[in-house]
Amino acid sequence: MPRINSPAELEEFRRSILSKRSDDRPCITLCSGSACHATGSEKVAGAIVAELENHGLTGQVDFRRTGCHGFCEQGPIVVIYPEGICYLKVKPEDICEIVSHTFKEKKLVERLLYVDPTNGEKSSFEHDIPFYKNQQRLILGLNRKIDPKSLEDFLAVGGYKALTKALFEMSPEEVIGEVKAAKLRGRGGAGFPSGMKWEFARKAPGDQKYVVVNCDEGDPGAYMDRSLMEGNPFTVLEGLMIGAYAIGATEGYIYVRQEYPLAVDNLSVAMKEAERRGLLGKNIMGSGFDFTVKVHRGAGAFICGEETSLLASLEGKPGEPKSRPPFPANKGLWGKPTNINNVETWANIPVIINEGAEFFSSVGTESSKGTKIFSLVGKVNNTGLVEVPMGIPLRDIIYKIGGGVPKGKKFKAVQTGGPSGGCIPEAYLDVKVDFDELMKMGAMMGSGGMIVMDEDTCLVDIARYFLEFLSDESCGKCVPCREGIRQMLKVMTDITQGKGKEGDIELLENMAMATQGAALCALGKTAPNPVLSTLKYFREEYEAHIKEKRCPALSCKELIAFHIDPEKCKGCGSCLRKCPANAIEGGKKTIHVIDQEKCTKCGTCIEACPAAFQAIGKLSGVPVPAPVPQEKRALA
Amino acid sequence: MDITRIDQIIDDHNAEQSSLIQILLDIQAEHHWLPKQALDRVAEKLDVPMNRIQHITTFYKAFSQVPKGRHQIHVCMGTACHVRGAQRVLDTISEATGIKAGETDAELKFSLETVNCLGCCALGPVMVVDGEYHGNVAPAQAADVLKNYE
Ligand SMILES: Cc1cc2nc3c(=O)[nH]c(=O)nc-3n(C[C@H](O)[C@H](O)[C@H](O)COP(=O)(O)O)c2cc1C
Ligand code: SF4
Ligand code: SF4
Ligand code: FES
Ligand code: FES
Repeated sequence: MPRINSPAELEEFRRSILSKRSDDRPCITLCSGSACHATGSEKVAGAIVAELENHGLTGQVDFRRTGCHGFCEQGPIVVIYPEGICYLKVKPEDICEIVSHTFKEKKLVERLLYVDPTNGEKSSFEHDIPFYKNQQRLILGLNRKIDPKSLEDFLAVGGYKALTKALFEMSPEEVIGEVKAAKLRGRGGAGFPSGMKWEFARKAPGDQKYVVVNCDEGDPGAYMDRSLMEGNPFTVLEGLMIGAYAIGATEGYIYVRQEYPLAVDNLSVAMKEAERRGLLGKNIMGSGFDFTVKVHRGAGAFICGEETSLLASLEGKPGEPKSRPPFPANKGLWGKPTNINNVETWANIPVIINEGAEFFSSVGTESSKGTKIFSLVGKVNNTGLVEVPMGIPLRDIIYKIGGGVPKGKKFKAVQTGGPSGGCIPEAYLDVKVDFDELMKMGAMMGSGGMIVMDEDTCLVDIARYFLEFLSDESCGKCVPCREGIRQMLKVMTDITQGKGKEGDIELLENMAMATQGAALCALGKTAPNPVLSTLKYFREEYEAHIKEKRCPALSCKELIAFHIDPEKCKGCGSCLRKCPANAIEGGKKTIHVIDQEKCTKCGTCIEACPAAFQAIGKLSGVPVPAPVPQEKRALA
Repeated sequence: MDITRIDQIIDDHNAEQSSLIQILLDIQAEHHWLPKQALDRVAEKLDVPMNRIQHITTFYKAFSQVPKGRHQIHVCMGTACHVRGAQRVLDTISEATGIKAGETDAELKFSLETVNCLGCCALGPVMVVDGEYHGNVAPAQAADVLKNYE
């Protein structure tokens, strides 16, 4: 079928696609998102094609390469339908067994199943794995059902129903009304009500208006936008078009950071497909609505995520922010009314239009509706993307879904909101996660990065880390941000290097206030947050660094030393073989010692020392014991 | 450097001034850096002053005006990778290659760069060599990986 010229033709096309599919048909899906790509899904794909052919199953079993499922550390992920059997960390050499066992004999390949690290229980099906079981994946869930480049797949799961409904059954005002009633708040960070923003842009005078997708995703440690853009570009496009119709825009831009090449590729294919079918371009589905869209790659600047910088960058200029007002809704791209939303915000729109504002606002809390995708990473057993209803307790995310902290270590804090956010300590794990509750904690929703830290993470260092990041990324246009962050960073660096002085904490507090108050854009205004929140909850850690020159987490390089306990060392030589700096002396049946001058404090030796001996430890704030004299090192 | 290829890239973007960044990205993708000659050509064909081009190439981190090594190492220093020990990985690589982040060695063998998140946070720490991803890397392993490159 060539161009689709009416809703009836779309439905006919959808029926013809669905008639060739059935839920009972065997299908093997392979995650081909970026992380799985990195762990080898390309080779696994080759093996699947070859093996299906070997067994003469090519026409009988469908093979689909999907976007990210969210459970990235366990990739490459293979799911087998209709049962939903889920195999993790699949290698090319496993495919032969999967095909012969699972497809031919209907048996499981036990070793590829998920094993719960907390109790050793296995899960055969995707929906039984605790990581998935406790999520509500309204937005992300479609990723695993579709090939991101296939319009057919998208239509098979109900794609373009929302656009059709908006274009043919609703006025622009009604669309805006629905988004307002749904109480959707922007997922890009600040949580501004999207419907209100759309209304501003709709009401702004001007013939030419623009809509923009913000897929800059500069937040380190967050990748939900990547996953959506790579895994389901059609849905983002559909949301964008509904917004364009509501606002009265006929042109759109998608700003994607260039570090996300797969997102750019999949999106470009989706755009071409949509265009070919008349779902993008002139007179879409015969509705009279015209819409064209361009992809613009970012060039590696965090500040370009900020909306006024992003617009400058779209115009081909350096991405320096402007003070607001005027807001982009009135004076945006080339001075025209412009509406920018985050990828996840746009992806929520089809759900709202399809399911209705009432359904949408039934999920979540009073002030924050719907679900939110978090990137749950760091020191947590099940890392990946999790989508949960707003209002879920932090504890449930970290323990029920995340499976807690690995290796029996103690939970220390969770950092939310990226560089503009803060750290939340254990005492507040029962806080219900939504925009306002996090703000009350001195943290932030931000884009949804959630970095779990255990007892080995130094929170002074984490605050320093964010300042370093922001000092690098400050555009330099205004002095409070440029200098304020730099000076705070200097003090923080001194503290983590054991050069902290009495009075540094007060100095930091003063500089934080000044930067917060005087910076031009939100980068500078929020830059002190990580410092202030760690000072609030972990002040004693700052004091230990300053007064005792001790890093309680045994993490700050300048304040720690590695030491082999002569009582425990069995002379096995594992550490010596692994040390990249040749800093360890030893020999057969000899107590090993570390040359403190040569040691680069990389930590490799601790991991190398067999668990049964655990002879190597870290010290901080105390002198390193003198090494055992040469003649006494021989072991019996 | 092939001027006709540069012209072709410029034409792919209809020689629009607003596509300046996109054009530079495309040129950089082919050369791994931006030779002066290419920038001159862009300035001429788009009719934008060189100082604006210089502003862009220094503002955005993706651009380099110095030649790059045969092998490009990127170490992620994003938060997720940071808490899982990315700094130690970077230190070990610096040690093994003799160059710091942002540098290229004298033999033009390696260029070492840091990045702030590659979107594979679940696999942290992550390093990428010539486009090939390595996840959950330990310092010693990072040094081993580099031995495979000539
Ligand atoms: C320094 C800075 C960086 C930002 N980076 C991003 C980003 O990477 N992605 C994003 O969607 N919003 C980012 N924002 C927020 C945007 O300015 C803007 O509020 C957002 O795109 C609006 O979309 P929303 O209403 O859907 O949340 C950033 C803001 C600041 C101040
Ligand atoms: S606050 Fe920082 S990033 Fe924002 S305009 Fe000022 S210098 Fe630039
Ligand atoms: S910390 Fe690293 S450099 Fe120091 S002794 Fe251990 S392995 Fe060697
Ligand atoms: S990329 Fe495969 S699960 Fe995320
Ligand atoms: S923080 Fe390293 S890949 Fe995201």
